[in-house]
Amino acid sequence: MAVSEKTMRPSGILRWLGGGRRGLEGYLYVIHRISGLALLMFLMMHVFFTGVRLLGEEAWSGLMEMANNPVLHFLEYLVYVAFAFHAVNGLRLIIIELAFGIGPPDEPVYPYKGSIHKQRPLMLIAMVIVGILIFAGGFDLVAMGH
Amino acid sequence: MTDQTVTFRVRRHQPGQEDAWQEYPVAVHPGMTVLDGLQQIKEQQDSSLAWRHSCRMGICGSCGMVINGQPGLACNTQVLDISDRRISLEPLSNFPVARDLVPDLEPMFDKHRSIKPFLIAGQQDGDEPLRQSPRQLTDYLQFSYCIKCGACMAACPTLASDADFLGPMPLTAAHRYNRDSRDDGFDQRKQSLGDHHSISHCHYAAECSKVCPKGVDPAKAIQYLKRDLVLDLVGLRRRPGPVPQGSPGTPRDDIPKAPEFTVKKP
Repeated sequence: MAVSEKTMRPSGILRWLGGGRRGLEGYLYVIHRISGLALLMFLMMHVFFTGVRLLGEEAWSGLMEMANNPVLHFLEYLVYVAFAFHAVNGLRLIIIELAFGIGPPDEPVYPYKGSIHKQRPLMLIAMVIVGILIFAGGFDLVAMGH
Repeated sequence: MTDQTVTFRVRRHQPGQEDAWQEYPVAVHPGMTVLDGLQQIKEQQDSSLAWRHSCRMGICGSCGMVINGQPGLACNTQVLDISDRRISLEPLSNFPVARDLVPDLEPMFDKHRSIKPFLIAGQQDGDEPLRQSPRQLTDYLQFSYCIKCGACMAACPTLASDADFLGPMPLTAAHRYNRDSRDDGFDQRKQSLGDHHSISHCHYAAECSKVCPKGVDPAKAIQYLKRDLVLDLVGLRRRPGPVPQGSPGTPRDDIPKAPEFTVKKP
């Protein structure tokens, strides 16, 4: 026997990221929560910056000039990515949380195939839609220059 | 059939001290479970190692632990099914640890008690038996196979970030009794289910269903429970009442009669 390094058990949000052995739905759960927090932060920043209009036209024009740069356009795109994922995955969760697409209660027979397998087509369709939206947004940003 | 050596890497915990990993080489053979390996360590290498077990056959749910990052039962995990030559063993996550691999499951049982995990009788007609159709049995049978091992609670990411969240096991138990046609306790249970730390915090990570050693599928139970709560909110929930006593029916001519009793009734 050998004693190796000492260690602390991770706790709280750190455990969302830990393990590395989550299923696909587990990772979607983590991304859903993180994208939700990101959108909430964006909303607060958005309200704050929009409020600059109250300081007059000069302040607003200066802010707009500062915002018109590629880095902020890319950050806006990340907000769009978070929105696209959170919205489509949220619709998927509403469907599942009303118990659609997960199959009826059934006798568990090994090897168990439960609700995870039943809802997977729905999850894949949702992720394809997210992918298309993210690609379209990226195309709009790069090719159209919006 | 030759023996191989696998390293068991165990997270040791002593109250008041920092956790530390300890490694034990174990000679393994086909058919050997993780629990067998722990027994061998205790007999031959380190008698101070602590874990909890009882039945050794996946029925009692005592030997739940995190095996290579995945909660499960030590007694039904084959050592040679794990591809790594090193097996890491930790106490169940999301529980206080008593010692080494022994979690304190009391918080889970407290939450379990809070959802009233028993049949609550409603209005019944005298001593008439509460009949149940096969369909009504199927509605809750899957969820009644839970052995309270705590694997789902250890896997739940919501419970990891909100210790007051009820967790998959108690929520599944709540649905198991709510869907039982002999039960009339939905209104009593929904008080604790509607709490801020309760069912609305589950967003179908489905980790609980992934690790459940009995195929109970807690994530499915929780989604059905949510649907029942929503239907109840809008007044559309149908109570799964007992099967009404019907007439014995008319015997069909094409079915032969049952043979006479060989032992006469007194």
